[in-house]
Amino acid sequence: MKVIVPVKRVIDYNVKVRVKADGSGVDLANVKMSMNPFDEIAVEQAIRLKEAGKADEVIAVSVGVKQAQETLRTALAMGADRAILVIASDDVHTDIEPLTVAKILKGIIDEEQPGLVLCGKQAIDNDMNATGQMLSALMGWSQATFASELDIDGDSATVTREVDGGLQTIKVNMPTVVTVDLRLNEPRYASLPNIMKAKKKPLDEKTAADYGVDASPRLEIVNTVEPAARAAGIKVGSVDELIEKLKEAGAV
Amino acid sequence: MAVLLLAEVTDGELALDATAKAVTAAGALGDVTVLATGATCADAAAEAAKIDGVAKVLCAEDPIYGKRLAEPVADLIVSLAGDYEHIVAPATTDAKNIMPRVAALLDVMVMSDVTAVVDGSTFERPIYAGNAMQTVKSSDAKKVITFRGATFDAAGMGGSASVENIGAAADPALSSWVEDKVATSDRPELTSAGVVVSGGRGVGSEDDFKIIEALADKLNAAVGASRAAVDSGYAPNDWQVGQTGKVVAPDLYVAVGISGAIQHLAGMKDSKIIVAINKDEEAPIFQVADFGLVADLFDAVPDLTSKL
Ligand SMILES: Cc1cc2nc3c(=O)[nH]c(=O)nc-3n(C[C@H](O)[C@H](O)[C@H](O)COP(=O)(O)OP(=O)(O)OC[C@H]3O[C@@H](n4cnc5c(N)ncnc54)[C@H](O)[C@@H]3O)c2cc1C
Repeated sequence: MKVIVPVKRVIDYNVKVRVKADGSGVDLANVKMSMNPFDEIAVEQAIRLKEAGKADEVIAVSVGVKQAQETLRTALAMGADRAILVIASDDVHTDIEPLTVAKILKGIIDEEQPGLVLCGKQAIDNDMNATGQMLSALMGWSQATFASELDIDGDSATVTREVDGGLQTIKVNMPTVVTVDLRLNEPRYASLPNIMKAKKKPLDEKTAADYGVDASPRLEIVNTVEPAARAAGIKVGSVDELIEKLKEAGAV
Repeated sequence: MAVLLLAEVTDGELALDATAKAVTAAGALGDVTVLATGATCADAAAEAAKIDGVAKVLCAEDPIYGKRLAEPVADLIVSLAGDYEHIVAPATTDAKNIMPRVAALLDVMVMSDVTAVVDGSTFERPIYAGNAMQTVKSSDAKKVITFRGATFDAAGMGGSASVENIGAAADPALSSWVEDKVATSDRPELTSAGVVVSGGRGVGSEDDFKIIEALADKLNAAVGASRAAVDSGYAPNDWQVGQTGKVVAPDLYVAVGISGAIQHLAGMKDSKIIVAINKDEEAPIFQVADFGLVADLFDAVPDLTSKL
């Protein structure tokens, strides 16, 4: 079984974001970019499936700008076998919408015929939480979102999902799309020898047009602003003073 | 212009607060038809019919909707979509599972976690864990939206809409339910509680989380947790507050032993009053706290609990 893992290049989760003065979005020039943390978990899970003999090949895919090559090299260094980069924009500030990404992924799936797609549950930049579900819909496959446990057994998979009420376990037909949550695993760091080896692994370059997908957005960005700031608070010296302040504020 | 709103129904029971907040958000868009689904959903439908601003309730009762698996519910919504320009839901994990699937089947983009309605095609939503607010205008013929509950007030209960039973759509038979692990609690529900007390890694163990729970019970509060506390096994996953957990905006939020990473702030910084108890005076949580107490939580929290 082949496993496809879509990975996104996003601003590093430790970087404090700055909104651009012209309101067009967040400034991404000269800031540290990394693989979306949820996608790292997806790559890790795919590699573990291969190590457990349940997958034969792990293919990392990124849709975006040319610089996403680095993100794919990270996936290759972690242990993915090969990578496909689909260039859908030449501007680092253009976010490719989940619907477009899902359509391009469908094109890749039609060619590669994987048994499983493992996605991160959301990208920490647009926070849309949509690509996996959209891909599953376009394929007419089952879906298992927000996975914290995954067990593949022949033509079905048992998945435990983190939901508002607690945990839900479902069984899905293969092939399937699974989106992964934080507690599925802890991703490995790539070792230096593996980083060197990754440079020689195959990385194919494609464009959105190769899959017949029109990458123009459905959502026009009207404006991007900083969130309203909170008024500065105070430090209290003791539990008694805290209770007094809370009473004054009518909070207790 | 008509709106179809997927009610939050769990095992036949309406999640009233979540649904009523989404009704408020959707009211600006047109006449709201609520869709209730479940193995049984007559009671949920009857309750939804009382929400102010609901014009009509559709009740789709069938075993295939019992656990609200994404594939059958999405197919049902798509079968009804023709009559509606907006298809919306509260931004729960259920809806976030279902609505992007609906959008892709309709070949439109989804808009998740919408916090404000500007007009029928223009919406505001947080990006980058709430570090930026973005207004987007959809060019799609149908708009598929989840509304973030924390920013809308729940609609009242003076309505009397009609309820219409509808048949099920075909069963795609792609997945099946195995089990739920749901902890029942007498405490208020996290996303609708007026007071939330959350513990972080500083609490140190599952056992010591009882200190947090005792304070919560004194304040009639829900209990929350940081990701680090959940990852460490001190608290269950459904208590996680933040970018990838629940988003809350109570009147009072008490953060105990939580450093205040942006991913945590994303889930609570719209609370009316924030209290932080942390022994590190440099902890970033103090930057958003109205009242900060630099103290060891093992002294301060039991003291606070006993004096309240
Ligand atoms: C993709 C992604 C998504 C994430 N999503 C979330 C999310 O949804 N929610 C979330 O919370 N985090 C999330 N995180 C994690 C986040 O970045 C932080 O790691 C996490 O919030 C830290 O939790 P914490 O504050 O409990 O722990 P720490 O940062 O370790 O802070 C512990 C605090 O406790 C204090 N402390 C220790 N002992 C005591 C004591 N005895 N008395 C008083 N204070 C004490 C310390 O001074 C410290 O400030 C996410 C991270 C990533 C990468």
